[in-house]
Amino acid sequence: MSEARTYGYYPGCSGMGTSMEYERSTRAVCEALGIKLVELEDWSCCGSTPAHTVDHVLSAALSGRNLSIAESMGLDTVITPCPSCLTNLKTATHRMENPEFRSKVDKLLDKPAPGGVAVKSVLQVIFEDVGPDAIREKVVRPLDGLALAPYYGCLMNRPPEVMQFDDPENPTSMDEILKALGADVVPYGLKVECCGASHGIAQKDVVTTLSGRLLDLAYAEHAVAMVTACPLCQMNLDLRQGQINSANKTNYKMPIFYYTQLLGIALGLPEKELGFDKLAVNPAPVLKAIQEPSHAAS
Amino acid sequence: MEVINITKSYDPDFVAEVEAESEQNVRLCYQCGNCTAGCPYTFAYDIPVSQIMRLVQAGQKEKVLSCRSIWICATCESCTTRCPNDIDVARLMDVLRHMARRYNYNAVPTVRTFVDSFLNSVEKHGRVFEMGLMAAYMTKTGRFWTDTDLSPKVLPKGKLSFKPHRIQGRDEVAKIFERYKEQQR
Ligand code: SF4
Ligand code: SF4
Repeated sequence: MSEARTYGYYPGCSGMGTSMEYERSTRAVCEALGIKLVELEDWSCCGSTPAHTVDHVLSAALSGRNLSIAESMGLDTVITPCPSCLTNLKTATHRMENPEFRSKVDKLLDKPAPGGVAVKSVLQVIFEDVGPDAIREKVVRPLDGLALAPYYGCLMNRPPEVMQFDDPENPTSMDEILKALGADVVPYGLKVECCGASHGIAQKDVVTTLSGRLLDLAYAEHAVAMVTACPLCQMNLDLRQGQINSANKTNYKMPIFYYTQLLGIALGLPEKELGFDKLAVNPAPVLKAIQEPSHAAS
Repeated sequence: MEVINITKSYDPDFVAEVEAESEQNVRLCYQCGNCTAGCPYTFAYDIPVSQIMRLVQAGQKEKVLSCRSIWICATCESCTTRCPNDIDVARLMDVLRHMARRYNYNAVPTVRTFVDSFLNSVEKHGRVFEMGLMAAYMTKTGRFWTDTDLSPKVLPKGKLSFKPHRIQGRDEVAKIFERYKEQQR
């Protein structure tokens, strides 16, 4: 990558709360990689899953307000770390290509939603615009020998017509980034299987079953940690790991990292900027295995 | 196996309504079962997703809208991604939920309450207020102990704010909801 690129940045509501470590590490990593983030001024909630569960036009209008903000700030691309926000923003853009649908959305808004704002995940931008090769050159604390299970979650790449990034059944972008950091990526067959989503609250057994299965496989593949790119997946696997253990009679203590946290540590960023203290399952044993910055690279 | 006499209960308006709202042609489904095979929620469903497709084709409004599955589907997009006939099955499931609300079916009230509490929070603050959302949900469902085991894990980490993140434009967001509700009348 030659020059710093500027993107509109949509953090999403969970970044202000339950996934603040994702939000923090995302900002730190983007800065280190020369990706300039301009936060959308006074952005509002995209409605997440609840909005599209109730009505597709309402859901698109909630996204539309945020796309308008981007346009008025002169930004042509909006990026977000959260797959749920990503899906809503992208699906709204996709469906608004239909003029009939668009006019219904515009009726709910103060001003019509823009057509020309592109939406991408932060992962896509790091993978495509920076790329594993450039990342490899910046690594000062390699994750040598760490066996990691990459878990993408259900939304990031599906459906392919809308998401337009990586493979919908076997995505590899995060694998490639982790390998560039020196990690061993285990074969993980449930990369895009759903974790139970927001049912943790209303239908807990669904989450303990589905997320339990994800942990089972990570253990079976001898991973020392799982790596996620989604606040909801991370919360189900990490914060609810105790609930999963009691429901399934397991005794897992598997740290669940955001890929940005591991990227940050490998790039030599200060650990306190990466929010490791916010994780529920203690990551210290795994972090200890990562070597101090090497002199050769510094 | 249950046999349905469709000459008696076929509801053509239901089929037309589902097709129009979802922009999908449900007759394209040839019951290969791919969607069900990939659906991670089949274990928790009363009717598997491919059978819901069949029941929609057969115009079985009552049976479809009163099932639990449409509330439990997490829109994970596995069915849509894998359907050999390019049917957006997840979108159809979404539309069936919209219709279930409209026609007052409520097979899994906890899910509906969670969704409503979430959107109320957005309507009020412009962004979702996680603590307030949980409080509203617990009050409405009477499930006070839902996640109390998590509090000692979350609270010391300072992740959950006790105050909502109010935004300047919260009136603009409230207006989106207002206009939407007016249209529903
Ligand atoms: S995958 Fe498609 S064609 Fe096959 S049963 Fe499901 S909806 Fe029908
Ligand atoms: S979108 Fe819903 S029906 Fe389709 S596979 Fe996922 S959970 Fe099952």
